[in-house]
Amino acid sequence: MDVIIESLPQYWDGFLRTLFLAVVSGIIALVFGTLLAAARVSPIAALRGFSMAYVEVVRNTPLTIAFFFAAVVLPRLGVTFEQFEIAAIIALSAYTAAFIAEAVRSGVNSVPVGQAEAARSIGMKFGQVLSLIILPQALRTVIPPLINILIALVKNSSVAGAFYVLELFGYGKQLANDHGDAVMWVLVGVAFFYLLITVPLGYLANVVERKVAIAR
Amino acid sequence: MKAFLTRRKSLLVAASAALALSLSACGGSSSTSNPPVAEKPSFAADSTMAKLSSAGKITIGTKFDQPLFGQKGLDGKPVGFDVEIGKLLAAKLGIPADKIEWVETVSANREQFIKQGKVDLIVATYTISDKRKTEVDFAGPYYEAGQALMVNKDNSSITKPEDVKGKKVCSVTGSTPASTIVEKYGAVLVPAATYSACLEPLRNKQVEAVTTDNVILAGFVNKEPDAFKLASDETFTKEPYGIGLKKDDKVFRSWINDQLEAFDKDGSYKKAWEATAGAVIKTAPKLPAIDRY
Amino acid sequence: MSSVLYDVPGPKARRVSLIGSVIGIILIAAVVAVAVMTLAQQGIFESQRWAIFSQADVWNLIANGIGATLSAAAVAAVIAFPLGLLLCLMRISDIAWIRVPTRIVLEFLRGMPVVLMMLFVLLVFATSSFIAVVAGLVLYNSAIFAEIIRAGIQSLPKGQREAGLAIGLTSFQSRLTIELPQAIRRMLPSLVAQLVVLLKDTSLGYIVAYGELLRAVQVMADFLGPQYLFPVFFVAAAIYIAINLAVSRLAIWIEKRGSKKAAGGTAHVPVAGTAPAK
Repeated sequence: MDVIIESLPQYWDGFLRTLFLAVVSGIIALVFGTLLAAARVSPIAALRGFSMAYVEVVRNTPLTIAFFFAAVVLPRLGVTFEQFEIAAIIALSAYTAAFIAEAVRSGVNSVPVGQAEAARSIGMKFGQVLSLIILPQALRTVIPPLINILIALVKNSSVAGAFYVLELFGYGKQLANDHGDAVMWVLVGVAFFYLLITVPLGYLANVVERKVAIAR
Repeated sequence: MKAFLTRRKSLLVAASAALALSLSACGGSSSTSNPPVAEKPSFAADSTMAKLSSAGKITIGTKFDQPLFGQKGLDGKPVGFDVEIGKLLAAKLGIPADKIEWVETVSANREQFIKQGKVDLIVATYTISDKRKTEVDFAGPYYEAGQALMVNKDNSSITKPEDVKGKKVCSVTGSTPASTIVEKYGAVLVPAATYSACLEPLRNKQVEAVTTDNVILAGFVNKEPDAFKLASDETFTKEPYGIGLKKDDKVFRSWINDQLEAFDKDGSYKKAWEATAGAVIKTAPKLPAIDRY
Repeated sequence: MSSVLYDVPGPKARRVSLIGSVIGIILIAAVVAVAVMTLAQQGIFESQRWAIFSQADVWNLIANGIGATLSAAAVAAVIAFPLGLLLCLMRISDIAWIRVPTRIVLEFLRGMPVVLMMLFVLLVFATSSFIAVVAGLVLYNSAIFAEIIRAGIQSLPKGQREAGLAIGLTSFQSRLTIELPQAIRRMLPSLVAQLVVLLKDTSLGYIVAYGELLRAVQVMADFLGPQYLFPVFFVAAAIYIAINLAVSRLAIWIEKRGSKKAAGGTAHVPVAGTAPAK
């Protein structure tokens, strides 16, 4: 138990970096994922094709491979970063965006056809139909699954610990080595800090789920 | 058609030549030595040696990803100096090399594997420390390594550990060298899953140095002498590698210690080194003074 | 391709779309070409680097890696699914002292990184790396399976449960014999999708040094030398994606088959007043 209190500065530093990775990647992934979903239902065939191929390939790629590409292959292509966090953010947001695109797409499909028809009949164009009518309604139903994806993102950021970013899990491994006699408590401490992010998010998902269910 | 065939053939030849080349570069990994097995050795009844000897097999833990010491080869079997030491000991128990079961141990689970009897011995670049001695016993040391720094060939600003203060240094997450470089020398740790994963960031100049035991770094430098070099030949820690075994098995421990000294005398220690790490690290080690505590 | 979201494109829109598509494809092709050329300049595509794949031993190690990946995934899936069912039943139990603790446990399992659970099992229970990987996967995925099945049960029409209770089944019997089978069938695509996640997550086994495909090629590249890192990694990535795509395809196939069956099923049940005229 003492080991957790003793190592609070390390935990805190790791916690902040994990939070930073998750928040930044989460925002980028939300924007990129929504764009991908919009491309998926757009009139331009190439956009549809790109979106479909992207989602299909990325969803079937292990996260570690995504990290390898961002942290090792990209520098070889001449894209080098001063901060390894950037590679982690690229990997995490590129990976998460595919899942968000799928969730948003199923949300778009869940909006009754009449909504789009009504919008079109009053003369709206594709962009307007999507951004003013469909997506706002779709987003409401996809918020619970989106939050679940964000929870997964928080946890997935732990892979960054093996790819040059010293975040919460990396500190955990380091502390576990330094305190071989109190490994269990070290890891319990790590778990606590992850739950500090994921449990409130899960709670939020439940609340929204209930709200949405009543609204229908 | 014929031309095509010959071209293909020559390609294959070139391929196997390249492979052979790369294999030899790995430090004599092609040597699957089989030390002479002792015939019916006799041991005091009830001793661990007697048990292992009569069982005719032994389980040894080693690393599978440590160049020169314990690294899994293409045939799936580990090769390296640690492996040779393990084979020599097994042979003295009358156990041939093919009756040894090699188990991969990582730094994190070595003590537990010994405690639970999952392995009989661990020879795995296992640094003897007082803390670990409270959980397991150590025979040896059979080798003394030390922490060092590896930098890019053109880097002359880092020559000693004090030079890395505030600079990015890559090491394996949760390893002792990583703790040392951060806590003692104030480096900024860039964690990786394996030491070899540190090579790419170093090459791309995203980190200034890589740190771990000198023998591991020497393996990397040997493979790419045009890219990397050791910051200095001096080491800044002492890492005496010991052979881990169950706590309080004093008879077994002193038997292993006797054997290590015998290996030194009859030249098999030197031979084991030359067949493995010696291909890269030219200065042959002297067996360190055995720590008979 | 017509969609409710936009008009069927006329000749002009089609032309614009075509031009846009061609430009887009050219742009993507250009980016890929530059990337390939940059890598080629570093000699990554030199034939000698790829010649290792003519060695039987190399394929042996890759096969071992695939075997390790698939066996961990298979064992974990076989344990996680029934466990998920059980957790789901406990989660929706009528008895509060079963329901509430289960809910807390599920929340906990869902919120923890899989790598952390693997490491915890390895270090605290001192297991082999295989057991640590399987345990980590089981703990996480059984919680997710439970949540998926619960969502399936909640999506069923209320009448199903009411009918079950009305014919004298106990609450538990109704769950087990009426609701669960329907929920599982309904959620089959999600369950298979989760199976893909489970399969992919075996690659997190590097944290406990489990010799799955990615670690197998990593160890191989360490042995052969750093110049082989990219070739073996590209091959491993391709194999991984191929396996996962195959499982995903299976999910889509099941989804199609399921919906066909469902559609066929309802056709035989004429609802009052809507019976098809013959």
